[in-house]
Amino acid sequence: MSSTPQDLGSNAPRKGVGHRIGVTQELIVFLVSIALFAYFSITLDNFLSRDNILNLIRNVAMLGMLSLGMAVVVIGRGVDLSLVAVMAVSLTFSIVLANQGYAFSTALVLGLAFVIVVAIIMGFLIAYVEIPAIFATLAVSAIVYGLGRGVIATLDVNNVPDNLNWFLFLGRGSLLGIPVPIWLFAVCAAALYFLLRKTGLGRFIYAIGDNISTARITGIPVRPMIILQYVLSGVMAFLAGCVTAASVASMNMRMVNSTLIYDVLLVVILGGIGLTGGRGGVRNVLVGTVLIGLLLNGMTILDISYTVQNLVKSTVLLGALIVDALLNPRDEQTSQQGDI
Amino acid sequence: MMIVKYAAAAVVAGILSLGAAHAQEGMVDELRQPTLDTLAGKKVIFVPMSMSFDLPEGWAAIMQKEATRVGYTLDIRDANWSTDTGTRALTQAITEKPDVIVVQNFDVASYARTLKKAEDSGIKVIQVNMKSSYQTDAFVGADWYGIGQYAANRMIEKCGKASGKSGKIAIIQGPATAAASVYQLNAISETLKGHDDIKIVSSQTGDWDQSKARGIAQTVIQQNPDLCGIIGFWDVMDAGTGAAIQESGKDIYLITSGGGNKTACQGVENGTFKEVISYDVEGQGRDLNNAIKVLLQSKEAAGAVKFALYTPNKIISKDTMSTNSCWDLDQLKK
Repeated sequence: MSSTPQDLGSNAPRKGVGHRIGVTQELIVFLVSIALFAYFSITLDNFLSRDNILNLIRNVAMLGMLSLGMAVVVIGRGVDLSLVAVMAVSLTFSIVLANQGYAFSTALVLGLAFVIVVAIIMGFLIAYVEIPAIFATLAVSAIVYGLGRGVIATLDVNNVPDNLNWFLFLGRGSLLGIPVPIWLFAVCAAALYFLLRKTGLGRFIYAIGDNISTARITGIPVRPMIILQYVLSGVMAFLAGCVTAASVASMNMRMVNSTLIYDVLLVVILGGIGLTGGRGGVRNVLVGTVLIGLLLNGMTILDISYTVQNLVKSTVLLGALIVDALLNPRDEQTSQQGDI
Repeated sequence: MMIVKYAAAAVVAGILSLGAAHAQEGMVDELRQPTLDTLAGKKVIFVPMSMSFDLPEGWAAIMQKEATRVGYTLDIRDANWSTDTGTRALTQAITEKPDVIVVQNFDVASYARTLKKAEDSGIKVIQVNMKSSYQTDAFVGADWYGIGQYAANRMIEKCGKASGKSGKIAIIQGPATAAASVYQLNAISETLKGHDDIKIVSSQTGDWDQSKARGIAQTVIQQNPDLCGIIGFWDVMDAGTGAAIQESGKDIYLITSGGGNKTACQGVENGTFKEVISYDVEGQGRDLNNAIKVLLQSKEAAGAVKFALYTPNKIISKDTMSTNSCWDLDQLKK
């Protein structure tokens, strides 16, 4: 393979409006972000302060980490709707174990083990049993949530045991003046960037997302790779869960019923990672996350009601989907392979 | 004559001993058995928002104990955070014709029609804590207006002119249509009328979620560095608000309200909350049991008598807190 994954992504020969006029969705979102940023900077006091910018990123760090996990799967032409359930239930599992007397570090390791087992089962269902990812992950999400509510804990909200300052540091501390969640988000983004761009495994994921049949013929171990994708997204969900739990010293399983998973999809699609797979990367997630962060921060400062905030977010998602459809039109190849 | 005297003495002694025997056996309570008979075998269905947080768990534990003691049944139909599931559970319950339905509303509108249908079909309905706009036989629960009024008055004291502080406060609400939100907001705005020294800089919904509340509080604090106080609408959610305050390192007066679970006392103790207005789930549980028993005994038709039992507020702060200020779910279930 002489082309880099980047080439596979944006320069792959597709007949799209975007390539005729040289505009990618990532660029559009980036420009919209700049415009919003400028608008908020002018209209809102204190918006441009260092603290507010850090705040803005810190408040979407968890969303960004989940979106990194989702991005890996979507690039490999899948989708993982179980991210939020896995995040909430695995951390709840760790917290419940810790409250029963396990050392918190042991409890966290067991929580991570739970995530990996779930991801392997889910990956197996998708790769070997060939259940479409959307249904497999949806079903697993319901099962995991059911386990959480029915077996692991009786209450939605479980509090982290007292005196675990090292753990709370992950959510509340700061290093060199920058909150730890931002550091964690940055480290995860860098690690994933390295994996996707610089390693063979990353190339395989792009190849599978771009054309699974060709990937198989080329000799890529497609099925194990699909399982690996879900393990990666599960681990990202677990890390995002650690940040969330550390921020508020508890984990709330009710999150599974919220619109968070759609926000994650919003970030991924908005950033320009097409649902047809094989395109995009970490940079797209960063751009998508920043736009959502800007919207949320600006709307909170403007004191806009929650319902209207959701309306704005949903409208932006719809807009992104329309732009995606225009820039990446479905051709014979993608419709034959079927996408979500 | 002697014989007559002896006979009279014997009769008197007999009467006395009879009386003594009567005193030893006590008196039959004519009311007790009929009451127990009326209650026995009755059917009560409880439709909570979700059996996964302190309030419904607490009420259910207390209601279950009394049901078992007196001999009526209590079925729990979990709405699991979904008005759809809840409406289905209620509709199903109506077809089963229980004697009483106890329901916790998500908001003031969703269940209103279904609750009226239940009453029309002869089932008595008790609403707990979160009212619907439709008034049924009984309401048992927090006095949201009183809670909002107290919180607002405390803000006037702690942040108003007299305190020398900025007077800036923020509100972290529940969902915009929940009874807890609408009545508290009304109370706060009524109370703050004419108090120009208090300025509400932000009033957003945290949607009962800690992370959301934390994010909002952090942004608001950052935006208003001289913020003086925050009124939160639920202690479980406001654990997030408190976390944001602690992270900022600022001294912001946080008042919240909740069922008085032990986490509320822990929060006051470790400084997350300055005050928790507790609506005392244990007391509410007892009120619920009484409302159920009154309605089961009443011969009136469903919807004929309407009454409300507002829970007296209990203030938990560092000054007022004692060992029995809060309750523990595990203890309550025993």
